[in-house]
Amino acid sequence: MRVKGSRALLESLKREGVDTIFGYPGGAVIPIYDMIYQFPDIRHILVRHEQGAGHMAEGYALATGKVGVCLATSGPGATNLVTPLADAMMDSVPIVAITGQVRSNLIGTDAFQEADITGITMPITKHNWLVKDVNQLPEIVAEAFHVARSGRPGPVLIDIPRDVSDAEFEYTPVESVDIPTYKPTTRGHSVQIKRAAELIDQAKKPILYVGGGANHAYAFNEVRELAEKINTPVTTTLKGLGAFPETHPLSLGMLGMHGTAYANYAVSECDLLIAVGARFDDRVTGKVAEWVPNAKIIHIDIDPAEIGKVLLADVPIVGDVKAILTELNKVVKGKQHPEWVSQINKLKQDFPLHYPNDGVLHGQYVIEQIGEVSNHDAICVTDVGQHQMWAAQFFKCERPRQFVTSGGLGTMGFGLPAAIGAQFGAPDKPVFCVTGDGSIQMCIQELMVATIYKLPIKICILNNQFLGMVRQWQELFHENRYSSVDLEASPDFVKLAEAYGAHAIRCFKPSGVRAALEEAMSITDRPTVLDFRISKEENVYPMIPSGGTIHQMVVQRPPDMVPLDSYIASETYMGEDDQATQEEKETVPVPRAK
Amino acid sequence: MTQTQQHTISVLVENKPGVLARVALLFSRRGYNIESLAVSITENPSISRMTVVVNGDEQEVEQITKQLHKLIDVSKVQDYIDVPIIARELALIKVNAEVNNRTAILQLVEIFRGRVIDMSDKTFVIEVTGGNDKIDALEKLLEPYGIRELVRTGRIAMARGVRGM
Repeated sequence: MRVKGSRALLESLKREGVDTIFGYPGGAVIPIYDMIYQFPDIRHILVRHEQGAGHMAEGYALATGKVGVCLATSGPGATNLVTPLADAMMDSVPIVAITGQVRSNLIGTDAFQEADITGITMPITKHNWLVKDVNQLPEIVAEAFHVARSGRPGPVLIDIPRDVSDAEFEYTPVESVDIPTYKPTTRGHSVQIKRAAELIDQAKKPILYVGGGANHAYAFNEVRELAEKINTPVTTTLKGLGAFPETHPLSLGMLGMHGTAYANYAVSECDLLIAVGARFDDRVTGKVAEWVPNAKIIHIDIDPAEIGKVLLADVPIVGDVKAILTELNKVVKGKQHPEWVSQINKLKQDFPLHYPNDGVLHGQYVIEQIGEVSNHDAICVTDVGQHQMWAAQFFKCERPRQFVTSGGLGTMGFGLPAAIGAQFGAPDKPVFCVTGDGSIQMCIQELMVATIYKLPIKICILNNQFLGMVRQWQELFHENRYSSVDLEASPDFVKLAEAYGAHAIRCFKPSGVRAALEEAMSITDRPTVLDFRISKEENVYPMIPSGGTIHQMVVQRPPDMVPLDSYIASETYMGEDDQATQEEKETVPVPRAK
Repeated sequence: MTQTQQHTISVLVENKPGVLARVALLFSRRGYNIESLAVSITENPSISRMTVVVNGDEQEVEQITKQLHKLIDVSKVQDYIDVPIIARELALIKVNAEVNNRTAILQLVEIFRGRVIDMSDKTFVIEVTGGNDKIDALEKLLEPYGIRELVRTGRIAMARGVRGM
């Protein structure tokens, strides 16, 4: 059948099961947009900035496990995808980015809206392709999806010159993909699995350290089976949240820089670390040389390059986490560790996560209430900063794909578009976007998309009028020199939300949080923006300083520090009712010129 | 701590545009310094072979080879550290050759089994192949005459005997 390149592209996408594309048109992709008319099964979501399209594709992928797709034009459209691609690369998110390119005969001439996007994105994609000949297009699309979703998932990019989209050729659908140079190992080596089982059965103080790989591999049941079989505590990384239910008695929550104190103590004491789809990130290990000093290490990962990258493993096993754990569960004898577990339970009692109970509105409380009001069934999408760490600590994930966040790259601006992508992917789940007054302003324009498509996302701004995490570091390590973190001059988020057609609520006190969240849950035909005016100088604890060790962990705010909430008398926080009345809205300070 | 050693790594890649950039970028992005890099097609025209020389300890080089292997266009990676290999590079050296120096230079070239492949009234161009030590030695001996231009290929290597890649 003779068709245009643009039709072959969309046919190929349809064959890959694509139902949603997040994109923004421009000169080089007009032929593709023209063809979308003829594909009613594929819905195109018009974003407000290509960065939003990329993060939406990520949120869609993370919430559903399917490949997310975004589409942008050449040059500036394509370069706006750079941040989401880098983000997806760091967190192994399967997305396919399609970019338009200038006509083939203009490539390399500094043509209008030309950028060498395959060159630019080489280090931040798993692989990328420039389609030089329309005959290659179907095969490249099939390969791109195969590479994105198989092995260690990741982002790929396909750059299509405008004349290739327009060119006619004899289209034959691609039935199967075979890339001789790309054959990820999925089955774990049986001898290594036996060795791992032996180590596990010998260990006195084992710990399961579970990362994002377990979520990508859908290894939820297998992780749980292993943990219960050997009665071993489980700690997850930020990206591993949801791979083990945090309400389970064996759960230690998150470990690392802002992990629970008991997870970090337990890890530093363990004699066997069973790493499952985790990459020993520096936010987890701190100073590597002094991390897990007494432990043997079993490292299970689909990416051979992760094994031995940071710490040498005693038993490395390359392959799919789910497949390996299934085998491992068969051969592990199931030695129990009652003393170890009771030692850990004592640690849990001695060093619980906590925050001040002083009548002031704290971010942690808002997060807890989000969990409760949604019966822990919501998808929690976060931005990056203090609110993200509070969400990781207090949301209490119970299932995979419930916690969507930017871990490796730490991309502020990720939250709102990712929440939109997640809601498109999971229309029946409540989606909460936990964000900050800094983060939300990085992609706030995507609110329009949520309104247009009637997405009932609940956008919870934990508004402390600071770039809170940077401020925290400045407080702790730079003698309170708060250089360029003051966000007092922000727009009135309630008015802004209303301008975008969203429902809006402002909340000043803990007593109003539940009602505000319930109101948000009841709004089903548009997004709700909740402006939570939280404690201004609250920090995230525990904290292990960057590159530090467990011995340097600060479990709670040192008593000699500036008292929290010394600002409380300021008129910004004078609201009597938590549900802000019109009058109180007036008391919000007008953004001041600087 | 393992010792830093020089490693010769052979990489078989798809013969496609951009592959060299991908490989080179991987080295620069991860902070590994390339001592030498030589690329050409192989007995199979759809496959190219890169010979990369890097310094590093065992763990570093293992990481390099694993990262190289992750690239979609890379089919095989071999570190020749424990394998007997033949390694060669080629140099072209343009040296001042005044009438009264010519015999001496020719003698040097003879000893190093090189060849003079171009001659003018003022210069020779000498071709020499061998290990980099040998080429370094010749270069040093020719220096007093005045080297005008020098170009070296970088190392290419192959395992000895039936052992292949």
